[in-house]
Amino acid sequence: MDTYAELIECEDVLLFANAAITSTGQREFRSTGIEQGLSLDFLHQYIQGNYPDLYAGALALDINDHNAAMIIRNLLRERGVGDGRLIAWRLARMSPPRVYRLFRELRRDGVNNRRTRAIIRDWLAGRRDLAFDAVKYRAGVKAAVRHAHLRVGGELGDFLFAPMRRSRFDIPILEVWRRAHYEKAALYELPYTVAEGFAAWQGIDRGVFLERIAPQLTRLERLRLADSAKASGVDTRADLGAMPLVRLASYALSRPVTERGAEFAEAFRVSAARAAGARAGTWGKVVAVLDDSFSSYGSPVKRRRPLAVALGCHYLLEALAGSYTGLWLSRRSDPLGVRAVGATPLGQRIIDALELRPERLVIVSDGWDNAPPGLAGEVLRVWRRKLDPMGEVSVVHLNPVYDAEQFDVRRLSPMVPTVGIRDAEDLPALVELASFAEGRSGLTGLRAYLADRAARR
Amino acid sequence: MIDFAGLETRPAQTWGAARLVPLVRAEPIRDLRLHAKIYGDEPSLVALPDKTAYTAYIPHAFVASWTDDGTPAAAYGTQLGQPLRHVGVRVRRRLARREVKNRLRFLPLHLALEGFLALHFGGPPVVWEEWSRRAIAQGLSPRAEEAYSGTQVRGLDDALRVFEIYPGQCGLLLYVGDTLASAFVVPHPEDYLALHPTLVRDLYGELIHHYALFYPARDFPAVIDETTVSSLADLRGQAVRQEREWAAFHDSVMAAGLLGSPERVQQVYRLGRFVLARFLPSFERQRENHIGETITDEAGRLAYLKTFRLSEAQCRRGYLLARLAEHDWNVQDTAAALGTDAAALGLRLDRAGFGYLLRQDVLDAYRRAKR
Repeated sequence: MDTYAELIECEDVLLFANAAITSTGQREFRSTGIEQGLSLDFLHQYIQGNYPDLYAGALALDINDHNAAMIIRNLLRERGVGDGRLIAWRLARMSPPRVYRLFRELRRDGVNNRRTRAIIRDWLAGRRDLAFDAVKYRAGVKAAVRHAHLRVGGELGDFLFAPMRRSRFDIPILEVWRRAHYEKAALYELPYTVAEGFAAWQGIDRGVFLERIAPQLTRLERLRLADSAKASGVDTRADLGAMPLVRLASYALSRPVTERGAEFAEAFRVSAARAAGARAGTWGKVVAVLDDSFSSYGSPVKRRRPLAVALGCHYLLEALAGSYTGLWLSRRSDPLGVRAVGATPLGQRIIDALELRPERLVIVSDGWDNAPPGLAGEVLRVWRRKLDPMGEVSVVHLNPVYDAEQFDVRRLSPMVPTVGIRDAEDLPALVELASFAEGRSGLTGLRAYLADRAARR
Repeated sequence: MIDFAGLETRPAQTWGAARLVPLVRAEPIRDLRLHAKIYGDEPSLVALPDKTAYTAYIPHAFVASWTDDGTPAAAYGTQLGQPLRHVGVRVRRRLARREVKNRLRFLPLHLALEGFLALHFGGPPVVWEEWSRRAIAQGLSPRAEEAYSGTQVRGLDDALRVFEIYPGQCGLLLYVGDTLASAFVVPHPEDYLALHPTLVRDLYGELIHHYALFYPARDFPAVIDETTVSSLADLRGQAVRQEREWAAFHDSVMAAGLLGSPERVQQVYRLGRFVLARFLPSFERQRENHIGETITDEAGRLAYLKTFRLSEAQCRRGYLLARLAEHDWNVQDTAAALGTDAAALGLRLDRAGFGYLLRQDVLDAYRRAKR
């Protein structure tokens, strides 16, 4: 039997996991970026102060990069807390610009202990091509090398700290970079972000530049440039099926409804099938209630993020389930035609969903049930108490939005577990985590789960 | 009486001190359309037909377009297909003015406010000895009232921003601290979408400004009695009942003060089968007093409504003026009707800001008598 303290601990940890999965410290529909940042900062301090080991262990969960960077920063500030290997593992999964930003923040904070230096050293040593990094993220590499007191000898050292000393480099990318100062043809071998600066400097026509740089573009750059490149007559279309679900959904939703054609539907299916993997078709009869109310627009900095998460979940659940029905709040039937408009009549839609007699009910919503307020919670309560006391239908609420005031994602009802979600791909793992939120498994189970996740990584 | 027939009340959304109650039209009105015309930030001067002038901060005007034969009309902006650029014109003629055939420009809310300010504007019609020379010669001029712009009402901008507009929504009742601040109804959902942001540029009384600082509004959460539920159909029935009960409660309790508010209605303009009118309340004290303007069709069905909640001081001024006018501005008679004496009424007028209407020596005598 769990003691009261253990229950609180369990709750705190889940609350922190929800926050760390959803919040990025950016503006949301109902709170400003400052409110989000303050709230998240407090939560990190609270958890680190009270449960230092669990705080470090949270790195093994599917928390977002913003929070992972925050945790690492806070861990490195203290002496000897947290597993260095876990930190290194998490850093290896983060995007390089974010890692360089983290290193710069460590430098600004004056965190320069032996462990920090070792972690920076190992991370840089693990990079596939440091010379490429030095060209693309020059300031970042320079700051990291300085901060970790590393000795970078030879050409790389010269490139970073005295680039004009050499009249030629032997490392190809560095030589290309040198030549690009004088030779227009050379800059097309550089990464796009670097080449763009050179192109502007040399006054190269945008259309010509885009056409020739096209092979160097990364997948995201291709997407980002698709429209502006089209205006210059260049096609930079990316392979949509290779994209993660939510990113694909964000892109699809940014297009006008008329342009979201069969090509997107196909890409969604491919991406969802890849995410579902071996679990495809194993979930039985699933019904989802998906929120496309106005608040799923998010904010100008996270444009349509909650709606994109819902759309991603729709396709993933379709792949996971044996038979699947997705119910949008606006009663639209075409998932590719969704738009963030209207109120949030969650209660009515949950009744619609329960009438279909599913084995599993998944609700994806920011939890602001307002038409009428609180009806969804009441419906779920009465359903659990009166109509389905044995829990035959498993209900889980996935919430993509962190509520800064409550230090948690907003819940619909205490009867139904609520977990935060950021990427649709994490959905199966989150449904696992939800069983802790439901209170079926206690603190020992949760600790074992965290340890297992850390070991499994 | 204001008739909300054809408009259905939907569940309210709350944010801070504001409670926003949407009104949805099952069947939109297609032959009358509204459109906003944004003016600059400078104060406007409106020349009125009776040679007086009305000066106010007027952020925007509405343009009503209508057809005579009932075919769908297009909003003015749609016809042009132009963004809302307007050359700043400071002096405007009349509060409601025909622009071309079947198009009327009027200044929302200011039409009603001017009606309130012009109430018994002429001053005493009989030269009783108590009234000052100025009151006899110039009436109440200059008559001024103050209001807050929506941007100064704390939290109102956020409340309007996070409000989730219903499909088919044609109106909004805005409560601040659970007192009705403003009612807004338009003929067509698309007009509402376009005009929703103008609510933050509207006028709100002092009362609303204060209530926004002090009173957070709470949701009325739905409660279902689980003992009455034995199947999903019951559950659905209960859910529907929640919505119906809320609508009934709102229309009969929360909006009651507005629906019974109009007492004096003045027709301003006839637009085809519609009528633009403004109304004044009874100025009864200890109850809600709204001034406003309406466009109604021949059956009295509401096409457009905009109201302004008078603050207590404004009600008092309206009340005193109305009572004085009832008794031909005779101080003794009015005082007797109010159950008091002339000196007390004189001091009440002074406190309400109308001291300048009384002769100085008379007012001094009243003060001495009451000391």
